[in-house]
Amino acid sequence: MDNYNPANMLLLLVILFNFFLLGSSRLNACIRTVAIQGGILSLLPLFLHGFSGHSLILAGGAFLLKGIAIPFLLLRAIRQVHIRREMEPLLGYVPTLLLGTLATAGAFIFSDRLPLIEIHRGSLFIPVGLATLATGFLMLITRRKAITQALGYLIFENGVFIFGMLLAEAMPLMVEAGVLLDLLVAVFVMGIVMHQINREFSTMNTDQLSSLRE
Amino acid sequence: MIAAILLLPFCGGLAAFCIPSDRFRPLLLPVCGLAHLVLTFFVIQGGQTAPLPMAGNWIVVDSFSRLILLIVSLLFCGCSFYAVGYLRYRIVWGNRIFVSCLLIFLAAMSLAAVARHLGLLWVAVEATTVASAPLIYYNRNRLSIEATWKYLILCSVGIALAMLGILFVAYAALAGGAQVSLQFDDILRGAANYSTPWLRAGFVFLLVGFGTKAGFAPLHTWKPDAYGEAPGVVGALLAGGLTSVAFLALLRTLQIMEAAGDGAMAREAFLAMGLVSLGFAAVFVIRQPDFKRLLAYSSVEHMGILAIGVAIGGVATFGAMLHLLNNALTKGVLFLAAGNIHRRFASKRVGEVQGAITLVPVSASLFLLGFLAITGSPPFAPFISEFTILRGIFTGGHYLTGGLFLFFLAVIFIGMGSTVLSVVFGTPPERKGDTNYRETIMTTGTPLVLLLIILILGIYLPEPVWSLVAEAAALLEVKP
Repeated sequence: MDNYNPANMLLLLVILFNFFLLGSSRLNACIRTVAIQGGILSLLPLFLHGFSGHSLILAGGAFLLKGIAIPFLLLRAIRQVHIRREMEPLLGYVPTLLLGTLATAGAFIFSDRLPLIEIHRGSLFIPVGLATLATGFLMLITRRKAITQALGYLIFENGVFIFGMLLAEAMPLMVEAGVLLDLLVAVFVMGIVMHQINREFSTMNTDQLSSLRE
Repeated sequence: MIAAILLLPFCGGLAAFCIPSDRFRPLLLPVCGLAHLVLTFFVIQGGQTAPLPMAGNWIVVDSFSRLILLIVSLLFCGCSFYAVGYLRYRIVWGNRIFVSCLLIFLAAMSLAAVARHLGLLWVAVEATTVASAPLIYYNRNRLSIEATWKYLILCSVGIALAMLGILFVAYAALAGGAQVSLQFDDILRGAANYSTPWLRAGFVFLLVGFGTKAGFAPLHTWKPDAYGEAPGVVGALLAGGLTSVAFLALLRTLQIMEAAGDGAMAREAFLAMGLVSLGFAAVFVIRQPDFKRLLAYSSVEHMGILAIGVAIGGVATFGAMLHLLNNALTKGVLFLAAGNIHRRFASKRVGEVQGAITLVPVSASLFLLGFLAITGSPPFAPFISEFTILRGIFTGGHYLTGGLFLFFLAVIFIGMGSTVLSVVFGTPPERKGDTNYRETIMTTGTPLVLLLIILILGIYLPEPVWSLVAEAAALLEVKP
């Protein structure tokens, strides 16, 4: 288990960032935090699988996209529409933090009971992956701004990425590249749509998006 | 040949982006659509073509691929001609993004149809989401942006769940001591040794993820908004093409579960999803005031019918495969005709749209006939497929399912009927006769041809189509 230690440190950092994201109202800081989280995650393949060609390319690609390109797109989007804060989340910051804590604790307890294979038992990957998925979901549900919903989606993707680390041999490099590219284009399109939402409604709150209903 | 099917629309999309003229750019659509259709026929004729040499075993054409390729290509080819007429009418809005995204959308759907690797399938399905989002936003108003945002977020999150499901399937291989690979043949070979709990978890996530994309109730909430606000031609491609592709992903999932010997559990889940979808559709179709949203609920209904057909198995699987084709073509008729009516009246509310038959006689008749076809009236092809599914249900002894199926179908027939009839007949409101849209052969030709095809398929099912459908059904029925 010794060679897991640096990876475990990084994963604990990821959890700390999850809590920061749930508790912060400053969009700029949130985007930067998601960037750092993505950057940290992109280092994981190196610690887990050594400095092979596959893990170097995967880490480099993930770092470029998750750590630099996507945050850049989002930062540009909020600069264009001049907003800095999430004003009124559907659920306050303290309750979401509490829920996040519960979900994280639940993730640790739950992953103890999963039928994991021997080398993954006690590793932090699965509970942190689950906790990050839960954080992403909480952000998606409780926030109103289009940009925080997009961030929630990104955090959710980060959770999937952590889980995928355990299975790197199942994912060929081409497919991994395709996944990252899809993510980038999705965020790009989301950025454009956010801009249009802001232009049409002069706000980026998605609760304005409520005329389509039965 | 397969490479050409994927590269042609992709390069077409890039080329469309470079063509400067809004007037000539749409002409690229029928060119690519026709070429794609011709290539598709070659691929279908070619039988078991060799896999692409460069891509290993990731891109292989099997019976499902042939059926889905035929559906997507036929529908797209029809829609491409319609789109030329539509974009001429909307010339002031420009169409660079629209035409490019349509072609990229076709490329992504084709890739999903032939992908033989779960990761690649995921990439292709997610690419369809991204490529179709700008299409939904073409009308550029508040409602369409709301629909686009909901579509983008819901489908992206749904697809992320599917990715989690794919990873669980890979973990099931790891935990079961089998070869860890997401290549589909490897999975089918090793599935018997997979760890059951992980495989089941993976199945649930795949069902929810791709089910969101296919629009099963209660994961369908993006559907009425997106279909309601998108232009008719985009609605046709979403309801006929995209949902078929998403359903293909679900069929692949079912194949894996069958190979793992856990098919019964998977089929029960399909059956439950199908019945819930029918129920939701029946509730929301009644007194639906918006005729494009009505079509969205009809799409939810038909996804439910497909899921039930597959879940019952036997002859119902054949019915479901045939229904995949019939549903796609009939949805094409309905959405394209509804788009024409929408443009003529500049409204899609039932109170404001009346007497369409006097103002747009061809589109209104097509809309009415399309409604009769989709609700399973003879002599149209959906009657044959729905009846086959029903026969499968009753011969299988599932009397409760059969009863509910018939009941929901009857409710939907009545609910849809009252809306459709009030749109088609009656006297048109005075002030609504003043939009500049008039029917031309460009915008009525395609739905007419599609309607003829389903009429012919309903009367006489040609041998090649029959064997195509039967081979696809056989893929699900083979027990390992």
